[in-house]
Amino acid sequence: MRKVLLAIKGLHARVQNQEILHGLDLEIRSGEFHVLMGPNGSGKSTLSSVLMGHTSYEVSAGAVQWEGKNLLKMKPEERARAGLFLSFQHPREIPGVNLVSFLKSSYNAVKKLNMSLFHFKKLLTDKMSVAGMPLGFMNRYLNVGFSGGEKKKCEILQMVLLEPKLAILDEPDSGMDLDAVKDICRVIKALRNPKQSFLLITHNPRILDCVLPDYVHLMVEGKIVKSGGVELAKRIEKEGYVNFMKAKGLKIL
Amino acid sequence: MPALDYLKSSSQRSLKSVRSPKRFKRAKKGLSKEVVLAISRSKKEPQWMTDFRLECLDLFYKIPLPSFGPDLSALDFDELIYYASPEEMKGYATRWEDVPDSVKETFERLGIPQAEREVLAGAGAQYDSLNAYHKLKETWGKMGVIFEDMDQALKHYPELVKKYFMKGVPPRDHKFAALHGAVWSGGTFLYVPKGVQIKDPLQAYFRMNTKAMGQFEHSVIVVEDGASAHYIEGCSAPKYNATSLHAGCVEIFVKPHAKMRYSSVENWSLNTYNLNTKRAIVEEEGTMEWVSGNLGSGRTMLYPCSILKGRGARADHWGVAIAGKDQVQDIGSKVIHAAPETTSTVLSKSISKQGGVAVYRGLLQVNKGAKNSKASMRCDGLILDNQSRGDTIPTLRVNEKNVSIAHEATVGKISEEQLFYLRSRGLSEEEALAMIVNGFIEPVVRALPLEYAVEMNRLIAL
Repeated sequence: MRKVLLAIKGLHARVQNQEILHGLDLEIRSGEFHVLMGPNGSGKSTLSSVLMGHTSYEVSAGAVQWEGKNLLKMKPEERARAGLFLSFQHPREIPGVNLVSFLKSSYNAVKKLNMSLFHFKKLLTDKMSVAGMPLGFMNRYLNVGFSGGEKKKCEILQMVLLEPKLAILDEPDSGMDLDAVKDICRVIKALRNPKQSFLLITHNPRILDCVLPDYVHLMVEGKIVKSGGVELAKRIEKEGYVNFMKAKGLKIL
Repeated sequence: MPALDYLKSSSQRSLKSVRSPKRFKRAKKGLSKEVVLAISRSKKEPQWMTDFRLECLDLFYKIPLPSFGPDLSALDFDELIYYASPEEMKGYATRWEDVPDSVKETFERLGIPQAEREVLAGAGAQYDSLNAYHKLKETWGKMGVIFEDMDQALKHYPELVKKYFMKGVPPRDHKFAALHGAVWSGGTFLYVPKGVQIKDPLQAYFRMNTKAMGQFEHSVIVVEDGASAHYIEGCSAPKYNATSLHAGCVEIFVKPHAKMRYSSVENWSLNTYNLNTKRAIVEEEGTMEWVSGNLGSGRTMLYPCSILKGRGARADHWGVAIAGKDQVQDIGSKVIHAAPETTSTVLSKSISKQGGVAVYRGLLQVNKGAKNSKASMRCDGLILDNQSRGDTIPTLRVNEKNVSIAHEATVGKISEEQLFYLRSRGLSEEEALAMIVNGFIEPVVRALPLEYAVEMNRLIAL
């Protein structure tokens, strides 16, 4: 049995006094590939923000263990350094900060290194080719003026660079054309190994054609209501969230 | 007792005793006709300058304090010293070896000699009122470039100085211009003859060292037809309890097709009132570039001004201001388009933190007849916490229809989402904040000379 990386038990979380997560359970082991699906507003992005430690969210009940430690007590940067990564659905723009200098700071912080710019540029050049990101982006300001697709690609690049134990990918395929989705599939596939875990949040079952998940979860109203294999995603795709849930006797918002 | 008692004693000291000076004698506190006359006498100035000083003193008494900007009521003109000099600073040192050790140490701490050796074409440094060190690389001297202490320039080139002195900033402009005219001392005179293009930057470092002292250095820069130069000024004062005043004046004359860049980083101590006046008059097809960093002083009022007088003249203003605890930075750019086809760009970034107040107070004026002129002005404020304030007060006066004006002003708080994004990549909260702040001012810092960019980054490190 593989080691448990992340264990979420009965998680309740709220933002601005509104509870979004109502008792969520999820366990992710080392090397597993999980997919989280669910209708808009079901709390998927809230879950990813809470896991990464966003200060606007308040955990009101439940526990989250990371390799046996209390994740909720860790600051966002400590979570990142412990091997957790979140690919943002809406990555932020940071004007005036070069991609290369940002990534160097991030890499050195996460890897606890002090790599020089010269050596880092070499490394980054390789990683950019893996992520399919043109080298010209190196000296652009972080996410400033990037298209939606370019921002997503930049998130993937950061994942490739930081080599997290668990990568939470919050709709990395939204707003991207088919070729770009294929590209992301290719990168994820290339990264899969027995130590690397994924939690992929998506509405797009097509991405599952190229990445075979170990588990698919359906999230409704702040909790996981059904878990299964890839066949669950196929059925959701065929029937749609509403029909699928009706047929299963699940409550809809 | 004479107002300037240091003169007597210093003349009796041998050069040897200069090696370990500890004691500084100071001029008397307060302002009067006698003090002004004593300053002029001590410098053996021509009569016209003495008369000019006295006229300025009259104006100073008549003109009221500015009706806008930060509160200056705590500034007591009677408690200030208007002229002081370290007693060992007898005259003027041209060789680094001749500069007294205590002064050298100060400069060495500031990295001046290294900078001079490696990058700079010449360096002048004002230690209190007399220039301690002033030198210009021989090559430029041979081409007719003059880079001198202002007091010396008045002796060596009286006609040239008279032609420009306070012609760009007339003493009746405001109270502190009048005060400056009465008690000015030292500063830089830079004259670049026709067609001479100085590649390396010229540098001066002003430093206020005597407690409760006013610093009133006067700089005149003349860049003749088709010539170009870059002048860098750094200003600082160590911390003392008594209040200090800096009311310097910079006048720049950019002749047709000439190009001038003036960079300054002002980092006076908190008890300093920095009320400085800087102005450039730009003739046909001339270019003026101002690069300013304002970090220090309790109260700053500083509005570098470009008057675009000739057809096709151009001005660029880049500025960064940081207002921390107990600081008010009231800064801005003034551009006056007084001729057709003139162009200006203003980019200002101000940061307020720990209760500081940063105000952008700018003026963009297009005179009637300045057809086909273009102006773009952008001022951004970033507020780092709830105790701090940022304001933008831009004034636009456009009296000509056929012009293109772009104007943007923003004041914003640091974004939680940006902080979270960076922290999720392993950066601590402090590192993330510093990265966002650095990014905010990056467009201006990029325009700064390297050693100041490094200094600026160090100073804003939170």
